[in-house]
Amino acid sequence: MNLFQEAALVAGKDLRIEARARVISQQILPFGLIVLLLFAFALDPDRGVLQRTAPGLFWVTVLLACLLGVSRSFTVEADNGARDGLRLSDLDGSSIFLGKAIALAVELLVFEALLTVGVVVLFDVHLASLLPLALGTVAATVGLAATGTLYGVLAAGIRARETLVPVLLLPVVAPVLLGATRAWEASIDGVPGDAWPWVALLAIFAVLFVGIGMLAFGPLLEES
Amino acid sequence: MPLVVRLRSAVCLLGRFPALAGVDLDVAPGETVLLSGGNGAGKTTLLRMVAGLLPLHQGEGEVLGTDLTRDRRSHRRRIGFVGQETFCYDDLTVRENLRFATRAAGGNTASADAALEGLELGRLADVRHGRLSTGQRRRLALAISFAREPELFLLDEPHAGLDAPGRAYLDAALARASGEGRSVLIASHELELVRPVVTREVVLTNGQAHGAIEDPPSPPPVSPADKALEPTP
Amino acid sequence: MSDRLMAPVARRIVGVAALLALGALVAVGLFVAPPDAVQGDAQRLMYLHVPAAWLAYLAFGVTALGSALYLWPRTRSAVWDRVAGASAEIGVVFTGLTLLLGSLWGRPVWGVWWAWDARLVTTAVLFFLYLGYLALRRIPAALDVRAKRCAIAALIAFVDVPIVHFSVTWWRTLHQQATVFNPELDAKIQGTMALALWLGVLAFTLLYVYLLDHRYRLEVLDEDREERELEAAIADRVQGGTPSREAVGATS
Repeated sequence: MNLFQEAALVAGKDLRIEARARVISQQILPFGLIVLLLFAFALDPDRGVLQRTAPGLFWVTVLLACLLGVSRSFTVEADNGARDGLRLSDLDGSSIFLGKAIALAVELLVFEALLTVGVVVLFDVHLASLLPLALGTVAATVGLAATGTLYGVLAAGIRARETLVPVLLLPVVAPVLLGATRAWEASIDGVPGDAWPWVALLAIFAVLFVGIGMLAFGPLLEES
Repeated sequence: MPLVVRLRSAVCLLGRFPALAGVDLDVAPGETVLLSGGNGAGKTTLLRMVAGLLPLHQGEGEVLGTDLTRDRRSHRRRIGFVGQETFCYDDLTVRENLRFATRAAGGNTASADAALEGLELGRLADVRHGRLSTGQRRRLALAISFAREPELFLLDEPHAGLDAPGRAYLDAALARASGEGRSVLIASHELELVRPVVTREVVLTNGQAHGAIEDPPSPPPVSPADKALEPTP
Repeated sequence: MSDRLMAPVARRIVGVAALLALGALVAVGLFVAPPDAVQGDAQRLMYLHVPAAWLAYLAFGVTALGSALYLWPRTRSAVWDRVAGASAEIGVVFTGLTLLLGSLWGRPVWGVWWAWDARLVTTAVLFFLYLGYLALRRIPAALDVRAKRCAIAALIAFVDVPIVHFSVTWWRTLHQQATVFNPELDAKIQGTMALALWLGVLAFTLLYVYLLDHRYRLEVLDEDREERELEAAIADRVQGGTPSREAVGATS
């Protein structure tokens, strides 16, 4: 099997598990919506603050959901010694990485689509230029999924992994938060030209971390 | 004939604990070797090390021609490992787990489905792994490893949790494997069950074993012919 | 196995030189250099803040270099892992110092304890990247397993820093307000102020090298102790005891 067939096998496995367990729809999505609600409690909804800060709040929520998604992705491999199974298989480390990152990206995109509805409804946001918004969101999500999967395996097998991953991951993805928020702001304010450079930054980040992940995942999986 | 497994003075660590503190072991092609020893002796660690899942800290190790001190991966394709965990996903069904494991090992869906029938897992095919009993899980793990058609089986307490039909199947499969020239290294407590099917026994004590073929065997192997001659109580 | 980075004589010389340079820095920075026309005496903090920032990034670069050399099979050696770890510990101290001094400097000059200036923000992110790395160094695992994970984490962080810097700088220049606050190295600095700055850089660099050797040797002593514990455990096991797995940190 080649790289993409193997990645498709692993991605399919992860997505099928998610479809059965429904962790995204039953736990992570409600979590996201609750966080939006809490933001409304924390920031007075009557003074337009929510509408102005909506992009930032959206992406912070996505980051938090990404942490949960990464944790879930690797808990699945921790049960029943499944990581050993992956190591004993013929699958290449980069294929496993791609497969898991793709699955996480798909799950995050579904989450983001539904969260966007929440933001539009709850924070009264008007989305204008959809193309840079969508492309920026996809690029940001790929970057988050790749980096998350990489740190997920780096912390796999360590006892304190639940608290270690956030400490490691969040500083590294700070540029994604920055770029995605600015891209959203530009798209909402109707100056889409401003968004494109940020979308480019997000794309570069995504490509870079997919590359790093493909290189480093295999060796890290071996040691866990 | 080159040995399938060859270990000399092997030391293996779990964290900083020396689970194996000097193991000599040979497994020749077609042999079925029993690894016995008390709890904590290091049987599981030894199997995992032979599978390449754990690094060799000191000593020499060679499995299926691969030098474990340099490369722990290349030989895994040719090994069937049945450990104490099933390596399966609780949310996937028996069939889905078997298909995934088989395809991940380079096989195809057809051989996976065939293996289902072999261990009488057919009627459980659409049950989620999380809902299986211990014995059923054990059968699934065995099916997965047999589907790979490995040259070397590494079995960690395979009889544990199996009911009588399952055990019968396992013994028949081991005999067939041996007949096909495959080697088996089996760690077990259930000596009465396992001794009849093994060619040699190696005792592991406190992380050490003297199981090289030149060494005199620890307890003499009991062949079925000898057992038949023993007076029945 | 090399248990130190430099001969004891060399280390002593470096230590003395660092002390002298620090003394000269205090003398020139506090007394000889004139106070700034705009910021007054508060500007003297720059003689500490800028060298500290320089060291923060240097230490981080050394950590990344050590990590890369460790991962590269031909140069793999415990030496590089130790250098990386030692440098990171010193680096986090210097990074924290940079942020603290920047804050102390900012208060009288800008009127605020913190400003969202591009370089301060990047340094803050650097600080957190370091902290993550140090958290990773504390995991209970075999030395080579830990070394590999830390090395990869350090390199990822190293690759990330320019991206962070670029994106934050871009972000802040689009919000044109930071030009009034320019606490950075002004190219037009001359005379004794420049001297004080360079003395600072020199003193801190010497201090870094001195501390690196000390921390490195501490790391070696730590590893020696673990090796001795392991040998004792092996001997114990051979004789028939089963040392408590928890006592020697078994991970599975």
